[in-house]
Amino acid sequence: MDSIIKKICAGDVRSASRLIRDIEDKIPEARAKIKKLYAHTGKSFIIGITGAPGAGKSTLTDALITELRKQNKTIGVLAVDPTSPFTGGAILGDRIRMQRHAEDTGVFVRSLATRGALGGLSHAAGNAIHVMEAMGKDIIIVETVGIGQQEIDIINHAHSVAVVLVPGMGDEIQTMKAGLMEIADIFVINKANRAGAKQLQTELTSMLNLSPKTADGWKPPIVIIGDAFKPDSFAEDIAQLAQKIEEHHIYLQQSGKLTERMHRKAMAEIKDALAACLLEPVLESLTVSGELEHFAEKIKSRKADPYSVAEEITQRFFKNQDKK
Amino acid sequence: MYFSKEMQEASLKLNKKWADKVQKSLKTNPDQKERFTTVSDTEIKRLYTPEDIKDINFAEDISVPGEFPYLRGNQVTGYRGRHWTFRMFSGMGSAQDTNHRWHMLLREGQTGLSTAFDFPTLMGYDSDSSKALGEVGKCGVAIDTLEDFLALMEGIPLDEVTTSMTINPPATVLFAMYCAVADIKGVPLTKIGGTIQNDMLKEFIAQKTFMCPPEPSVKLISDTVEFGTKFVPRWNTISISGYHIREAGSTAVQELAFTIRDGIEYVEDVIRHKGLNVDDFAPRLSFFFNSHIDFFEEICKLRAARRIWAKIMRDRFHAQNPRSMWLRFHTQTAGCSLAAQQPYNNVVRTTVEGLAAVLGGTQSLHTNSLDEVFCLPSEHAAELALRTQQILAEETGVANTIDPLAGSYFIETLTNEIEEATWDYIHKIDDMGGMIAAIEKGFPQMEIADASYKFQRQLENSEKIMVGVNKYSTNKQHPIPLVEISEEIGDQQIKRLQDVRRKRDSRAAMKSLDNIKNACKKGENVMPHCIEAVKNLATLQEICDVYREVYGEYRDPGLY
Amino acid sequence: MPERKIRVMVAKPGLDGHDRGARILARCFRDAGFEVVYTGCHQTPEQIAAAAIQEDVDLVGLSCLSGAHRVLFPRVVEILREKDAQDITVIGGGIIPEQDFPALYSSGIKAIFTPGASLDSIVEWIRTNIKPH
Repeated sequence: MDSIIKKICAGDVRSASRLIRDIEDKIPEARAKIKKLYAHTGKSFIIGITGAPGAGKSTLTDALITELRKQNKTIGVLAVDPTSPFTGGAILGDRIRMQRHAEDTGVFVRSLATRGALGGLSHAAGNAIHVMEAMGKDIIIVETVGIGQQEIDIINHAHSVAVVLVPGMGDEIQTMKAGLMEIADIFVINKANRAGAKQLQTELTSMLNLSPKTADGWKPPIVIIGDAFKPDSFAEDIAQLAQKIEEHHIYLQQSGKLTERMHRKAMAEIKDALAACLLEPVLESLTVSGELEHFAEKIKSRKADPYSVAEEITQRFFKNQDKK
Repeated sequence: MYFSKEMQEASLKLNKKWADKVQKSLKTNPDQKERFTTVSDTEIKRLYTPEDIKDINFAEDISVPGEFPYLRGNQVTGYRGRHWTFRMFSGMGSAQDTNHRWHMLLREGQTGLSTAFDFPTLMGYDSDSSKALGEVGKCGVAIDTLEDFLALMEGIPLDEVTTSMTINPPATVLFAMYCAVADIKGVPLTKIGGTIQNDMLKEFIAQKTFMCPPEPSVKLISDTVEFGTKFVPRWNTISISGYHIREAGSTAVQELAFTIRDGIEYVEDVIRHKGLNVDDFAPRLSFFFNSHIDFFEEICKLRAARRIWAKIMRDRFHAQNPRSMWLRFHTQTAGCSLAAQQPYNNVVRTTVEGLAAVLGGTQSLHTNSLDEVFCLPSEHAAELALRTQQILAEETGVANTIDPLAGSYFIETLTNEIEEATWDYIHKIDDMGGMIAAIEKGFPQMEIADASYKFQRQLENSEKIMVGVNKYSTNKQHPIPLVEISEEIGDQQIKRLQDVRRKRDSRAAMKSLDNIKNACKKGENVMPHCIEAVKNLATLQEICDVYREVYGEYRDPGLY
Repeated sequence: MPERKIRVMVAKPGLDGHDRGARILARCFRDAGFEVVYTGCHQTPEQIAAAAIQEDVDLVGLSCLSGAHRVLFPRVVEILREKDAQDITVIGGGIIPEQDFPALYSSGIKAIFTPGASLDSIVEWIRTNIKPH
């Protein structure tokens, strides 16, 4: 086995973090390493945490780490923050709230910037999860950006998704309704000491009662998390959340839904890989040769239509493939 | 402000004439820049005229000293009876070192003491905590137990000199130590005077010296207010501070607004939880402002502060006692306005800032030393800074008359504008549900972060100028001697602390810590238990650990 | 297409909470197109080094205004070395008297920026001296 692969499988943070970096930077050698690593992945339980900015996702993640460490679970965290579309830079600040675990060797927190991805994660998230899986982390928590309402990428990666809501964002429920129900396995009403928590709970409950999802055996529970500044009661609330996540895990295993989700995940991974192996090289070569610009000009001036262009490109590239 | 319609017409005519001339002149003599702004980026007009203050009602809006709205000061005689207090912030190394510096300052004519503690003390850690690594005695004096505090106060007459202590999360402990020292020396608590800063909200907003979450932090503050009101009547149990908000990069208006809104929060909490009447304790509330480099803006800020607070006390809290409406404050010149380049320039900056504080009517003043951008002040630099304010007081004549700039078209206009912008912020924070709620949302923190980033950018592209930094810079060096705090001071302090732990009656110390814990859990006032605990030589951290255990720890939410 | 991004960390070791400079720098680095991990105030050298390794940053910028830099800055470098991460560059800033520079440089701090240093000069230094891993 490659020494890097060996090191990662032994839990070495330096090697793992460096590989994640190579994946983010799309270094070609990274793909070869993922291929070698793949056999060692797939054993971790993956939790997604999503919700609007300011909902307290990082604070919850931090508290969950504390709780899960009590159970001696090893943990990986991927925290995603947005890349500025103007400068390409990003401030990755989620880990501030998790810094008290920095020295705990059972916890590995890695921040990712979206780098233009729109689904609430980063293009590198899937493979970064694999790296953490190969490290042998029992649990991997993925914290999404929380900016848009299209944060659906997480369901392709996580086994259980917790959607975090806070009182005073009632309108949000309405706009997020459809998407929310689709992705939530667990609802969290965070900062429930604030005004409006009861109302939020009522709304959510009635929404859940109307949902067809109740028919398939799992009704997303609503976990109420109170004041993070009340250490004792907060810890109890978090234990409750961990308990619900565990119950969902058991449900997935017993109902066969886990295999279903693994299947869905495999499908998504094939699509991603195809995009990486087919589409990206094509686009790259067209960009380098300047043809992409040329095609765009033709389409702009109505000398060609996008479909004909795409067909022409496809034919050419498949021919090349045949020749090889 | 006009006395007749004719006067207004004549004045407007002149304004018009001038404006026309300006337009003509600009064609041949263009302005040096497009916008002329204060350091807070408030735009200033080329000229102010009677038209700008035409709506001012002298009796209601300006009035005379000692009368509502106290714009012109609380004292009817101004600085003629006594100058502002010369109060230089100082503390370094061990308690003995600091005591030595204090005696020097008192000999040189300082009239009040002001204590700087080191970071472990400020954060509630003992000198031998792993968190204290490299920090002991560096930024101020290290205090672990009552033994240190006794050494600090050696030879200081507690019933004559007032002492200010810049201490926040562990304020109960240091206040308790002061009371314990008074007891030991046989000075009644009714005779001692001083101030503890004890303003936690600004820590969450700006300075980040925090320990417990906001709510219990405010509870501990209310404990000291209650205890002070009942037993230590000459003590200012809270100094509501804008200084650090400004140093964190806020504008003048943000400094004023967040500070005043913090004050409202404290008053509400004491009334709600301690059952005190506003007039019982409001006269002992004190404030602490920054005096930055923009001369007029600072004067107007301080004047506006008095008028706003008086209105809040009268209209919001229905105070009856005029003293409740007085905004009394200490001022420090702006550390963040000083530059490491060409450090002697700092003396000039400090002089201008000190002058602004005096013209704004401060009750007490610290003037920064020229070397404070590098390290703690040297003895010579501290003396020069003290002399700076003594020259202002004794030679310049600026204290001869009260509020000398009142009535200026510009000063009154800017005072009004600052007041209005301040009310906007106060109302906004009211709408959020108060300051604690606003802090949880990160509102004041982000407002300050935005302002400081904007200023830094303006400095980078020379929209704002710092002499010697981004203009008139030179390679010529005029180095100044710097104070170095040796690492050995930490070792000695740790040894002293461990000696105390060895020789004390540990059972008694632990018992009194238990009493504090019980008081915390029951919501009782912790102060009497703290005094007992420090007398039993419980350490600063041991007491703070009780708070952390019961109330939880607050950690930097890292807003950027 | 492969694209090496500069990743940096801004950290405040010690107990002082004067984070104006650190926060301004974090924003400035973002605007320069870097990915910036910010760790907040009151960090121990151990926490900072561990985070730097987990985040695989190219550079750690330390900010300290309390005078504890003499002990804390070298300690961060030392721990990174112990953990075989000496390729992570460490620079420092804050209230640092010139007389402390030689000791800091010889402990492995690569650059020191004091109040008045322009943001552009810091970004420029990073662009010149840091090649992303």
